Amino acid sequence: MVFKPFGEMTESDYAAVGFKSGLEIHQQLLTTKKLFCRCPAGLYSDSFNAEILRHMRPTLSELGEYDGTALMEFKTRKEIIYQINHGTVCTYEMDDTPPFELNTDALDIALEVGLLYGCAMVDEIHIARKQYLDGSIPTGFQRTTIVGVDGSIPSKGRRIGIIQLGLEEDACREVSDIGHRRVYITDRLGMPLIETVTAPEMCTPQEVADVANILRKLVRSTGKVRTGPGAARQDVNVSVTGGTRIEIKGVPRIPNIPLLTYNEAMRQFNLLRLRDELNRRGITKESFHAKTDEVTKLLRKTRFQPLKNAISEGLTVNCVLLRGFKGLLRWQTQTDTYFSREISDRVRVVACLTTLPNIVHSDSPSETLASSEWQLLKKTVGATDQDTIVLVWGDIQDAKTGASEIIIRAREATIGIPSETRQALRDGTNGFERILPGPDRMYPDTDLPPRRITHEHLANIRKSVPRLFWENEVWYRELGIPADVIEPLSISPYTSLFEAAVKEWHLSPTLVAVALIQFPKRVAKTLARRFNFSIETMREILLACKEGTLTKEGILPTLMQVAAGREFSRHALSARSTEGEFTTALARSTQELSGIKLRHMERKHDVLMGLVMNKVRGRIDGRIVSERLGGGQTEKRH
Amino acid sequence: MTTTDNYRGYRGETLETLKAYNAQVWSDVEIKTDRGSFTGIVLPRSETADPHHIVLKLRSGYNVGVAAAGVQSIIIQGRREAHYKIPEKEFPYDPAKPRVKLIGTGGTIASRLDYRTGAVIPAFSPGELYGSVPELADICNLETQKLYGVFSENMGPEQWIGTAQAIGQEIEKGVQGIVIGHGTDTMHHTAAILSFMVQNSPIPIVMVGSQRSSDRPSSDAALNLMHSVKTAAESDIAEIMVCMFGPTSDQYGLLHRGTRVRKMHSSYRSTFRTIGDIPIAMVSREAITPLRQDYKRRRADKNVVVNTAFEEKVSIVYYYPNMKPDIIDSLIDNGYKGIIIAGTGLGHVNKPLYPSLKRAQEKNIAVFMTVQTLWGYVQMYVYDTGRDMMELGVIPSANMLPEVAYVKLGWALGQTNDLAKVREIMLTPIAGEITEREPSNGYLIFQGGIPEVEEFISRYRK
Repeated sequence: MVFKPFGEMTESDYAAVGFKSGLEIHQQLLTTKKLFCRCPAGLYSDSFNAEILRHMRPTLSELGEYDGTALMEFKTRKEIIYQINHGTVCTYEMDDTPPFELNTDALDIALEVGLLYGCAMVDEIHIARKQYLDGSIPTGFQRTTIVGVDGSIPSKGRRIGIIQLGLEEDACREVSDIGHRRVYITDRLGMPLIETVTAPEMCTPQEVADVANILRKLVRSTGKVRTGPGAARQDVNVSVTGGTRIEIKGVPRIPNIPLLTYNEAMRQFNLLRLRDELNRRGITKESFHAKTDEVTKLLRKTRFQPLKNAISEGLTVNCVLLRGFKGLLRWQTQTDTYFSREISDRVRVVACLTTLPNIVHSDSPSETLASSEWQLLKKTVGATDQDTIVLVWGDIQDAKTGASEIIIRAREATIGIPSETRQALRDGTNGFERILPGPDRMYPDTDLPPRRITHEHLANIRKSVPRLFWENEVWYRELGIPADVIEPLSISPYTSLFEAAVKEWHLSPTLVAVALIQFPKRVAKTLARRFNFSIETMREILLACKEGTLTKEGILPTLMQVAAGREFSRHALSARSTEGEFTTALARSTQELSGIKLRHMERKHDVLMGLVMNKVRGRIDGRIVSERLGGGQTEKRH
Repeated sequence: MTTTDNYRGYRGETLETLKAYNAQVWSDVEIKTDRGSFTGIVLPRSETADPHHIVLKLRSGYNVGVAAAGVQSIIIQGRREAHYKIPEKEFPYDPAKPRVKLIGTGGTIASRLDYRTGAVIPAFSPGELYGSVPELADICNLETQKLYGVFSENMGPEQWIGTAQAIGQEIEKGVQGIVIGHGTDTMHHTAAILSFMVQNSPIPIVMVGSQRSSDRPSSDAALNLMHSVKTAAESDIAEIMVCMFGPTSDQYGLLHRGTRVRKMHSSYRSTFRTIGDIPIAMVSREAITPLRQDYKRRRADKNVVVNTAFEEKVSIVYYYPNMKPDIIDSLIDNGYKGIIIAGTGLGHVNKPLYPSLKRAQEKNIAVFMTVQTLWGYVQMYVYDTGRDMMELGVIPSANMLPEVAYVKLGWALGQTNDLAKVREIMLTPIAGEITEREPSNGYLIFQGGIPEVEEFISRYRK
């Protein structure tokens, strides 16, 4: 049985393999400062003033156990370099100062989102340390806390569970990871973000993307989250029947989700078949046999360039014999991807052999060593026609770690699918990142006391919780506002304002929707930069429309002026006498007209109309001006 | 188990609620509340936290507090007790490696979580140390002894004397080096007093601690321990030293002379600095690199001199403008025998104190002047006020650091009440506490922001 191509998979195909998926969405919050220190949030720069170097060591969890990931990272012996910019990082992020009090703005946003999800809100939050030994956080752990559990959101007529909502600090951005040296830049470190964890209840890759979109829109509807590249990042958990929960980390865009989850389902499906094949060959966890020999000398004369270079640099070549594995390193796992990649990935990550290829094997003999060399190697290590041999090279320690990782990964194939976190790759496949961490990496943060979330506090937050965007969308459709503004408006910060403008001030729904959503876009296009109009500004402008001191034509020019730095005041506007303004404008226009040589005198009225409108546009409706000028043609502009 | 153990840390309404459902600590429970339902293990509660919340460890490993007032029901599903224990392994013995003794006094070099207070408490056992820092076995044969288990602020004369005696005994037993685990806050006080109490040591005596507790992955504890054990085992520096991070990066440690070192930042890893001089050496996992040659060398004999005399009625007065004489008077009235003043500038206090200083002189109280600038010498001839004070019996103590002068005065007064002899002991350098000269690179506090300094820190890791 083969896994069908992506385009041919149906819902029932996914049901047949038992596809299950859940999401962990990390969303940065729109605060001015970071979560546990008072550094500015959201300032990114690739420049830095200083560097520090750290190593990470595994420590025990609260329940007294070592975490698997932690031990793996320790094996890798990485030197971790942090690039530090004085403007965005203080001694807290460097782990040279204890945390300051939790940023309450961030907490309130998290609580608001928790209420949106209908979570059971926690009475007293406890800060935990979640260990990350990859170095992405200089402390070796992320400070994180749960604010709510057990919520849900609707998707296609059913509810998708939200297991928990966390508030935590963001990690560093990775700059490079070559050999034993990993470099991070620290500007993003410590920015507040929320982590939403859904139940593994999505049954097809498309549904995973759909739910991700619902969650994205829902948090955006608060108007208090960051947008733009990197502001929201998805981790996707996938499993199939008989498989295991695999976490694909850092999916940057929701549209990538379907192909990534499809490939992961295929990988698990194929790894299970690989296990069955191994068992059929009589290879089980117990009977599995492998060994390592150093073969540097045998390959002194090889023409295969990577090995030739390695040997000339004095590196060691190890040969791993996998008894009974013949052909299985060419076993397909994902689209155009084979079991050999699983092995190569481990060698790359754990043994830090980052230059590819980092292994060659006898299942793909042709492109690498000469067949005589393969024969010699096989004979030397005692391989039969049923076996596979794998070469790995590096300095003596790395080559040793590499060989042992090859054996570990091959042996895992006899058991099934190892618990891992995997990284999303551009082609829709995924690669090994690290061993999946468990609850053993959690530790209470002894630097900060628990914090009570009172009923009163929650009641206050509840007042600012926006209406659910899907409810807004239904109403907007009924109102008949243009289709392209329905979604952006429903998740914009202006939803309450829109409701007031339509229901209380009786403005045209289409006018208000266009003013709130499309006009700011036009301003951005004209100015070639984005400008955020505050709710207050928009409220003032719409109220001016309601009071008749600003016309609908006046909205866009007013927004342009605001974006150019002029403050808008409804009161200043209404203080002016419309009549007086008209008289002045008419007098000045008449004067101007007298200085203009008109080629067609019959157009005099139109020209005067134009001159007056230039002065009063936005404040006096064109129709009224035309009437006042004496029954001529109305202005053609609208 | 007693009832309090079964409900550790809970009191008031939480205790009542838990008891009502027989939900003891470590029970795996589902709690229904007015906010929703929470499932997890009941953890002990910190005694300093409020009596209104039950702590649950959720399945995801996170902890949350559930208000007892909102509890509607608790269903007990099982029990899972935690045993926090670093895997203990017997330290391997290699006859070719030197013997090093690690004496523990407490501090965060080895620590673990305390459920009672929710904070970290010191933990110290050789097996634990080897379990968490196996690299130590590559350096030496390590023996350990837990002498005390106190935070460094609780170290005092009793512990100083006990530690000095323990050092003497270990030297007698023939160890090649001694490491002393110590909390960092008062490590420089202990380093100073040990420099006076333990003289003529034939071997290195290295004090070490950590600024990040060893329950953190980025802790400096392991590297500090490796550096200090290496120094004790291999170096030829037979002095009392403090071994802590040089830069904040995991690169090398510095070996500071015990009488010239001071903790200079509340939380930085590179908090210990040699004041008014340069450190003795740098130490990395690979090498010990001396920065000077005037240190005492390792010897094969055991001729150590231990003198644990100590008078506790000694104090430091940190002078501030407008200080009133009653500060000095209260020390006199309370029977203090020695006062160290940390004066301003070159060593000054205001005139209103003079009558009290005169009283102190009349009462045969030893008064010594140090500088609160930390760097530089006391010089009481430059201004008249200084001369006046010397008339009143205030003795300038050169460039001795205030804390060092404090412990030395206690040590001197422990030996004699004769102020002439006390003065002689105080002003005769024993372990580098007073130096004849301050080298020009003995005072270096780089000022951030200056282009050349920024260039320097961009080139070398902090």
